[in-house]
Amino acid sequence: MTDPLVIFDLLLALAIVALAIAALSVRDLYAMIVLFVIFGLLSALAWVRLSAPDVALAEAAIGTGVTGALLLKTLHHLRFASGQRSACMTPAIPVPTGVMLANAAFCGLITLGLAVAFLGAPAAGPGFDALVAGAMPASGVDHPVTGVLLNFRAYDTLMEVVVLLAAVVAVWQIERGLSDAPSPEMGEVWQGFARLALPAIVVVGTYLLWVGAEAPGGAFQGGAVLAAVGLLLLLTRAYVPQPHHRGIARGAFVLGTGVFALVALLVAGGGRVAFEYPLDHAKTLILLIEGMVTISIAVTLAALFHGREPVALRKEVRHDT
Amino acid sequence: MLELFAATLITLGTVFFIAGTVGLLRFPDIYCRLHALTKADGLGLALVAFGVAILAATPGAAFRIALIWFFIAVSSATCGHLIARHARLAEGGRHD
Repeated sequence: MTDPLVIFDLLLALAIVALAIAALSVRDLYAMIVLFVIFGLLSALAWVRLSAPDVALAEAAIGTGVTGALLLKTLHHLRFASGQRSACMTPAIPVPTGVMLANAAFCGLITLGLAVAFLGAPAAGPGFDALVAGAMPASGVDHPVTGVLLNFRAYDTLMEVVVLLAAVVAVWQIERGLSDAPSPEMGEVWQGFARLALPAIVVVGTYLLWVGAEAPGGAFQGGAVLAAVGLLLLLTRAYVPQPHHRGIARGAFVLGTGVFALVALLVAGGGRVAFEYPLDHAKTLILLIEGMVTISIAVTLAALFHGREPVALRKEVRHDT
Repeated sequence: MLELFAATLITLGTVFFIAGTVGLLRFPDIYCRLHALTKADGLGLALVAFGVAILAATPGAAFRIALIWFFIAVSSATCGHLIARHARLAEGGRHD
């Protein structure tokens, strides 16, 4: 019974490696992005085969969906800036050899480090499964991955949320000189699709957040799906970011990090350390943190897609079809 | 008996997927290719989803598969339309 699945896994692994090589070696930037998206989808499938549906959901939603949208948006800006609309874009200036060598050296170091970590890990040991399963009653939730992420190693998760916050802060600081390329007109069928998809995405994103307590899902997956709402609103021009919305946006960016850190500090004291939630309120606190983090992730990813701080610019209405 | 029926549906679905892929590889221009992909894959997906839904353990799972089918069908049709529209606009024809 395992035999066909082994063949499937081998084909999947080969396809992933081949797609990675193709994505790196193809010269057309658009083809590169498409290959990267397919690479991400097959990686998500690989995570499913490794019995890690949480990682698969995150890979599909963030690694493939949102990242693919960000890359396509970047390509749109590049083409707009260089005046080439439909022609295939290839990088005009070759990457300096020094940069390539430095990148290769760093990638090599990371690969080496991973290899050392892999070889150094106890082979076929019990892992942390038993430890986590034993501690689950104290976590406040039923799904081990959520228990680990939001309780046992909550500090790491807080830092992951901070990384996202730092990214959007950097983008708003730096990306001022970017061309204000208008989003393309997409037509009526697309508008109808957006109207149909928007409420469904809201339901799916909230469901992913809620179900995270007892099944695969959670703040990052739900937030990435909800970020798609922002992408749809921006692309259909139903929402155009205005300069006076910056305050609300900034509040939404820091909401997740703020609530997370505040809860961690408030539960400390009375003999407890930070992140040691009182058992009676553990589920409530975890859901509160996850909900706020979800909002932050969704707004941050949508803001990253929009790409720049909405500043009062000369308003020239140009419909780029 | 039910499993055999489901297996037949899934097999039939994959046949349509293969036909769509052959069309993608063999047809001359983008519109023919899109035609092959959207039509054949749409039917192939419906058959596979129906077959898997029969095998689903609970009515809830079958309902989720039906939802997945619906949204993939809608989004792939929209994608096909967008690609064709973009290709036509890129050709220079602005008779929208």
